[in-house]
Parts: sequence; C-alpha cells; structure tokens
Amino acid sequence: MPLITYREALRHAMAEELERDPNVVIMGEEVAQFNGAYKVTEGLLAKFGPKRIVDTPISEAGFLGMGIGSAMLGMRPVMELMFFSFYSVAFDQIFNNAANIRYMSGGLINCPIVIRGPANGGTNVGATHSHTPESIAAYHPGIKVVVPSTAYDAKGLLKSAIRDNDPVMFMENTMLYGETGEVPDEEYLVPLGSAKVMREGKDISIIGHGRAIQMALKSAEMLKHKHNIDAEVVDLRSIRPLDEETILASVRKTNRVLLVEEAKPFCSVSAMLACIIQEKAFDYLDAPIRRVTSVDAPAIYSPPLEKEQLPTPQKIFDAALAVLK
Amino acid sequence: MIKKTPSAKKSEVAAAGYDARQAPINAKLGQDEKIQFYRDMLRIRRFEERCLRSYQQGKIGGFLHLYIGQESVAVGCCSVMSDNDHIITAYRDHGHALGVGMGMNELMAENFGKYTGCSKGKGGSMHYFDPSRHYWGGHGIVGGQIPLGTGIAYALKYKGIKGACMAFMGDGAVNQGAVHESYNLAALWDLPVVYIIENNGYSMGTSQERSSAGESLAGRAAGYGMNWAIVENGHDVYEVRDKVSRALKLAHEQSKPTVLEIRTYRYRGHSVADPDSTYRDKAEIEAYKNTKDPIMVYQHALLAEGVLTEEIIKTIDDSARAEAETSAQFAEQSPYPTIEDIKKDVYWEVDNPQDKKSVGSLFFD
Ligand SMILES: Cc1ncc(C[n+]2csc(CCOP(=O)(O)OP(=O)(O)O)c2C)c(N)n1
Ligand SMILES: [Mg+2]
Repeated sequence: MPLITYREALRHAMAEELERDPNVVIMGEEVAQFNGAYKVTEGLLAKFGPKRIVDTPISEAGFLGMGIGSAMLGMRPVMELMFFSFYSVAFDQIFNNAANIRYMSGGLINCPIVIRGPANGGTNVGATHSHTPESIAAYHPGIKVVVPSTAYDAKGLLKSAIRDNDPVMFMENTMLYGETGEVPDEEYLVPLGSAKVMREGKDISIIGHGRAIQMALKSAEMLKHKHNIDAEVVDLRSIRPLDEETILASVRKTNRVLLVEEAKPFCSVSAMLACIIQEKAFDYLDAPIRRVTSVDAPAIYSPPLEKEQLPTPQKIFDAALAVLK
Repeated sequence: MIKKTPSAKKSEVAAAGYDARQAPINAKLGQDEKIQFYRDMLRIRRFEERCLRSYQQGKIGGFLHLYIGQESVAVGCCSVMSDNDHIITAYRDHGHALGVGMGMNELMAENFGKYTGCSKGKGGSMHYFDPSRHYWGGHGIVGGQIPLGTGIAYALKYKGIKGACMAFMGDGAVNQGAVHESYNLAALWDLPVVYIIENNGYSMGTSQERSSAGESLAGRAAGYGMNWAIVENGHDVYEVRDKVSRALKLAHEQSKPTVLEIRTYRYRGHSVADPDSTYRDKAEIEAYKNTKDPIMVYQHALLAEGVLTEEIIKTIDDSARAEAETSAQFAEQSPYPTIEDIKKDVYWEVDNPQDKKSVGSLFFD
C-alpha cells in the first residue's frame, strides 16, 4: 500500500468527496489561494476552482453560521478552522444552531456540516491557539466528534464525516500532519463510532485518542522491552459516537486500565470513560483506573515546559507501571 | 473636529496644504523628542531583526509576527499617550510593547520562553503584557481584544478618569462580529476609545479587497454614528501623531469614540515562516521599502531639518543593535520556568493561599 502523510490523506478524502458530490464545498480562511495555513487543502483550488474551494474573511461566527445555514438547505460544507481553537468565536453558531436545529425542528431539518482543523498542543503557540475541546464538543447532543490518529483513519473518517447527515467536529493534529501511514488506493470508509485495537495485549488496556495514542504505542514498546508487559492500545478514533463495546471488551480482557489524552483532566473524555468503565465493568477491574492528561493549566508557551505539560511516552509508561503495581 | 461622512472625510484629507509637520502637536516638538521617535522606531526594527535571527536559530517557538515596516504607527501612537491612556493590541505586538517602554530583555526572554520574560514565559511573542505601563496585551484571537479595549474605556469613564484606550487591530479583524458589537457599545455609550485599524493591506495571505466589502474600513464607523478618519500616510510618524492625538482629544474632552484607519505595510511574511508568494510580489514590497519606509523617510526628513547627523544616526543604530544583542544574551542565559510554574498563575486563590476563601478542588491531576 502507498505511504502517504496524514495531511495528504485528508486532502485525498476531500478531493474524492468533492468529485463525488457537487454539494460538497470547502471553505475557510486561507484554504484556497494561500493553499491552506497548514497546506491540507493545497492544490484543491487549482483542481476544483473557486466555486468549490472558497476563501473566507476572518469571521468564524459569520462563515460557520453561513455554512450551517447552507447545510440546512442540503449542501455539505467542509469548513476549515485554521486552528480548532477558533471554534470558540463561533460557539453560539455551532452549539445553538448546528447542534439543536434538527431537534428543535422535530427532525425536519438536518445539518450535514463538517467543521475540521487542528486541535492540539505542542507547537508553542500559547494558550489561545492550543485548545483541545473534544469533551466540550461531545458534551452537546446533536454533535459528533471524531479524532483520527493515523493517515488511514484521517482519510476514512473524513469521508464518512462528509457523508454523515449530522454536524461532525473533526479534530486533527498539526503534529501528525507530516506523519506517514499506509493508505490503500481503492476507496474505503471508516465508520464513525468504531474504535480500533492498535496493539493487542493481555496485561493492561491503554485507551485514548489522537496523538496520545501514538505516544501510547511507544510506551507499550517500552513496557514490553523493559518489563515484558503486554499492553493493549485502543484508539477511540471517534468520541461521539463512542465504541463502548471495544473499550469494555479490552477492559474485561486485561482487567487494568490506563486512559490517555492530550486534553486537560477536568470533564474530559477520559473522565467520561472512567465513569463508563466503572459502571459497566467494575467487577473486572483489578486496580483503580488511572489517567495521563495534560497538566491542568492553560497551555504554557515556554517550549521545553509545554513538552512537560503534555503527555509523553515516559509519563504513560510510568502510569502504566503504577496501574500494574 | 473629525468629520463623520465619507465625503466630508475625503475633502479633509485632500485639503490643500495639509502638512502634518505643522500640526500643533508636531510644530512644538523639540530636537530631543524628534530624535527620540527616530530612536524608538529603530529600536523596534533592530529588536525584531534580532528576534528573527533567534527564531531562525530555533530559540523561539511557535509564531513570530514581525512589525517591520509598521514602526511609525506604534511609535506615533505611543508618543501621544498621556498618563491616563491605555493600549491593547493583537499578536503583532512587539512595536507597541517597546513603544510604551517595555524593555528588550523581558520581551526577548518572553520569546525564548524564559522565566524572566514579561509573562514568565507563559504567553510567548503574541501575548506580551505590562499593565503597569497600561499595556493590556498582546492577544492571539483576531478581533478578540477589541471588546476588552472597549471595556477598559468603559472603566475609565465609570471611574471618572480622563483617559482613553487605544484598541489596535488589523485590517482582517474588522470582519469579526465582536468588533462591530464593540463599535455599537462605544458609540451608544460614548466611550473614550480610539479603535485603530493598522491596515497593512493583508490579513495573512488575503488582501483587503478579498476580505472586506465596502470602500473604506474606517468608514464602517459611520453606520454607528461614530467619528472616523484615515491616516493615508501611516509611514509618516507626524501624520500618525496628529490624527491620533485629535482622536484622543475627542475621547478625553467629550468622551467620544473614533475609528482610525492607518495605512501601513508589513515587509515580512504574516508570521516569519509563512510564504509570501501566493498573494504579493517581491516588487510590491521593494517599492514600499524604497519610497515609504517609515524609518528611512523620517531619517531623511530629520537630516534635512538638521536635527540628525550621520554621526548621531550611527550612534543610535549602534546602541540599538547592542541593546538587541544584549537582550538575546539575557534571554539565552535566563532560566526556563519550572514544572511547578506550569500550575502557578492559573487561579489567584491558589497563588494567594492565605486569602483563599473557596473550598474544594481546583485542579484535577
Ligand atoms: C479568530 C481567529 N481566526 C483566525 C486566526 C488566524 N490568524 C491570525 S492573524 C490572521 C490574519 C489577521 O490579519 P490582520 O487582522 O490584517 O492583522 P495583521 O496580521 O495584518 O497585523 C489570521 C487569519 C486567529 N488568530 N484568530
Ligand atoms: Mg493586516
């Protein structure tokens, strides 16, 4: 299978969906002429022209609201947030309008919009640009939240998200854009709501999403190497819908759980998972559930400190040993 | 008084014989003050050139939005601030910080992420702050600082302080709803705020024509019945001073807001690592540099006036370079914050435990 980057995988997904469905448009700041702030949309303007690939002013509430309105009328806009952090400028549009419109219209209206962009820390851009709002988004019924950690999933999930009839918040990661992975030439979809066992193991389940999963895979190798521990690593891929089956199956198998994520700990995805696991698999647990998250403070700028604020393979390794103690 | 309607505005700008140098605020300037503006602009330039070098050496992370080309705006505006005036700006904030008197050391150290930085390494280049100098940041969300500047003006008025807030934004920020909501409140409640649009022609890779409807950005103020004006020659520190001081006067004396659009230009990429080629020609940049560089134009004017000599220029330049170099060394030698520092400055109560009133957990890791 060809090796392509996560960035290219996203681009291919958009290009294929643009070809397939004339209702798909790509909109956002600098997506067209500038080729994308992170070059995800590079070349799409040249291929599809300005009717399909649209540069917007800096006006997140305005253009996202516009996209939501157009989706209500049957378009399938894929809206890029240059940084996912800027979702907060459009908070009302997303969570009052996109999330509720179907409900409040008694199912008469739906809103097939995708809001995508990078949601991550680790690039020294400070607290305003480093938000990881998976749990905030997923808190809202009506919204779907997807977080791919590999090129394969980036493509398969984005295509599914574009075809989905509900609003999907699709959170990428600038630190992963350049990572390569095997992606088949043939068309494929990855359904929303299916987690993936990235590495099989019997001793502990490390469960999480996003870049933390790439770190967890490194930690799992360290655990094997240094302590002959077989860690299972489960990538959620989709936060809402959430694949409880796969999570619980892994917990029942290993009886020990470490949850990992890049977001802050309070009311986060891992906090929710801990609740679900103790509700549904309490009797299977041989040790308290532990978590590795970012240190609970706004994202610090200082480059060496930001590294320390975020999860690291070492922190995941240490926490796994603590669960196994 | 600054006129409200576009036609009135245009005639004022076109008024024959307008000479910013002769404006009262400039006519009375002494030699030392004139040289000071020159020194301030050059210090910004040399500081930022040194920042660029440090960035290229990998000492500075994230973004670096340079102000090179726009120096006359910050220096002109800061030079007419009086004791009760305040300022707030976006992420292209180095010029304003030096303009209000912050030191190169604390700024460079902030860029390096060091504990000796103005924000203890927590904010970075986009998030400088110094409330003691009435400098309220340094903000990373486009347009997000404008309601805050409006609030500072509101507080000044509320407290009966005869001051104003200058709230800076770029030409791209004018399309944010928060900016319009701020305009409305300021005009509705007669707040002493001067909104300053630094129109450098581009928001990242998007030209003004590709992002903003209507003829002039400042002219949108007319819809709110607000005063507005355009500083055509934003590279001319005298014209900036004249127009801004008039707007400040209106704020001080009548508590009225103004929108000022200052035409300027940036030379470097939006952030220094950004490409330039998708939206403008090198020739365009060169043309501006060769005819309107604010430092060069001012230097020529002062040489002609006999205020500057080649010798003084060299002394000022040498010392600005040395100061910038020293700041890089200072930043290099400074310590990083510690891991414990990550969780300081999050909650006042946690940093001031003796005054803690709440109970229960504030952190969850
Ligand atoms: C809400 C928000 N959207 C987008 C961005 C990304 N961004 C940062 S600066 C910028 C361009 C702003 O241009 P302008 O307002 O003209 O200011 P200039 O950079 O020219 O000083 C963009 C799109 C942001 N920081 N915040
Ligand atoms: Mg601009």
